[in-house]
Amino acid sequence: MASPQPARHLRTYAQIAWLWIRAAWQYPTSFVLLAVGNGLITGLDFVGLWIMFSHLEDLAGFALHEVALLYGSASLALALADTAIGSVERIGTYIRTGRLDQMMTKPVPLLVQVCADQFTLRRLGRLTQAAAVFGWACTYVDWSPLRVLVAVSMLASGALVFFGLFVGFSCVQFWTTDATEFANAFTYGGATVTQYPLSIFPREVLVGLTFVVPVAFVNWYPCLFLLGRTDPFGMPEAFQFASPLAGVLTMTAALLVWRTGVRHYTSTGS
Amino acid sequence: MTYPLIDVHELARCFDVRRRVEGRRRRSRESVVAVHDLTFSVEGGEMVGYIGPNGAGKSTTIKMLTGILVPTSGRVRVAGLDPSRDRVELARRIGVVFGQRSTLWWDLPLRDSYDLLQKMYRIEPARYRENLDRFVDLLDLGAQLDTPVRQLSLGQRMRGDITAALLHDPEVLYLDEPTIGLDVVSKGRLREFLRALNAERGTTLLLTTHDLQDIEALCDRVIVIDHGTSVYDGSLAGLHAQGGSTRTLVVDLVDEAPAIEVPGATVRRVEGPRQWLSFPADASAAPVVSAVAAAYDVADLSIQEPDIEDVIRELYSRGA
Repeated sequence: MASPQPARHLRTYAQIAWLWIRAAWQYPTSFVLLAVGNGLITGLDFVGLWIMFSHLEDLAGFALHEVALLYGSASLALALADTAIGSVERIGTYIRTGRLDQMMTKPVPLLVQVCADQFTLRRLGRLTQAAAVFGWACTYVDWSPLRVLVAVSMLASGALVFFGLFVGFSCVQFWTTDATEFANAFTYGGATVTQYPLSIFPREVLVGLTFVVPVAFVNWYPCLFLLGRTDPFGMPEAFQFASPLAGVLTMTAALLVWRTGVRHYTSTGS
Repeated sequence: MTYPLIDVHELARCFDVRRRVEGRRRRSRESVVAVHDLTFSVEGGEMVGYIGPNGAGKSTTIKMLTGILVPTSGRVRVAGLDPSRDRVELARRIGVVFGQRSTLWWDLPLRDSYDLLQKMYRIEPARYRENLDRFVDLLDLGAQLDTPVRQLSLGQRMRGDITAALLHDPEVLYLDEPTIGLDVVSKGRLREFLRALNAERGTTLLLTTHDLQDIEALCDRVIVIDHGTSVYDGSLAGLHAQGGSTRTLVVDLVDEAPAIEVPGATVRRVEGPRQWLSFPADASAAPVVSAVAAAYDVADLSIQEPDIEDVIRELYSRGA
């Protein structure tokens, strides 16, 4: 074995993804239109926030540039995760069409193949739009070396959290092949929630978003630190630095669920 | 120690099926047996036809042989590996072609799919080039290598898929209905290639098909599966003898005539100048044809092969 396992899987992933990019590029017009359209539609999210702020001074005590920081970071993390593993939510279809069986006869881990399958840069539009909003909001942040570190780790950990949520909740389809909507409630639902300051919700919701579907770690806690604000819910300050831990835990849990799902599939063939 | 390349021992597989029972709110669970008491072994280099009616358990068996399904009970070994436990490792040593499902990249030239496979299987570059050249030459795919897969004909795509399954020198090749939908010329070419492959490299072939001619052209051995278990394992000739199957000689006479009388064949049907004569499938058609031609004015002749489904139905109804 020339290189360690994870590095090799990552390379295989990139090789498969590259082929899909080239396949999509066979139809350049459609590719460009999709990417632009995607960016415009997600951009409307932020325009909505903007309009809201033209009538309000602040949202639960957060100014527009602060909400933009929350929105931009969550949106970036989501776009990164969504680009990396876009196809995992389709495993129900793969099971029905037999494509999953086909992948199982290849000497590459199933998860690598499923994630790379039909890889698309369509979300490039959303990525650019989110990056622009995030960049603008960053100009208001009072930077220090520690804050830079937290900001960078926030984006990486946020992507990991979403990655874990996507993979984990998609696994429901190993048991019932038509559960995409159910999974979306947690993944995209979680993503939508993080676009607002969580202080607009009651405390119970925040607890759920911290310990059950840990999207509060995607942007809420680290952004509190970046903005130098005290936690309106009075949660431990350590949470503001715990995003990487949340990312790794979510990811690990998701991989375990995935393995159980695959094992269930091979033992039932549903 | 030597062991058979494929070793299946008392293999069984059940599925849980939920059924709605009338008058009750909850659905009841029922266990359906897909494969049971299946035992066979295949030596390296054999070409085996694995046949049976739809729903007999063919694909369930193939799925257990490739590690996609875990057996309920019994034992499977392929190349000394337990398929469901060592699935990824086994994948390097087998090739699988599912007839109607392509693994190729639809919008890209054939070559791109092959290049990716080389990386996925980590095939040595020299070996890869050698194999690709050989298969492209044998399968006459040279002109198609740089054509997007979506523009290939069904026959070309099937040949492309078979090449894709062989680049990593698998010891076993599983083929599921490889000739389905192909024209006569493509079928013939494909069979010729598979024979050459087996002769040159000793690749073991396990073929599921509904086309009896595939079996005739390729397989020395047939395993018939019905209702989840093997009902016959032996030569094709033996299958015909046991199943009492017949071939049919269709004779178009110049003029209408009473039923033809020749030794070794009996008339089944007469319709104007056309008559249908049946004779045992393991007998040669030559004496029947020459006897008919000697005694009558013949305008045209054709031979219909026995239908595999009929043979199996016959075999099974007798066994039962």
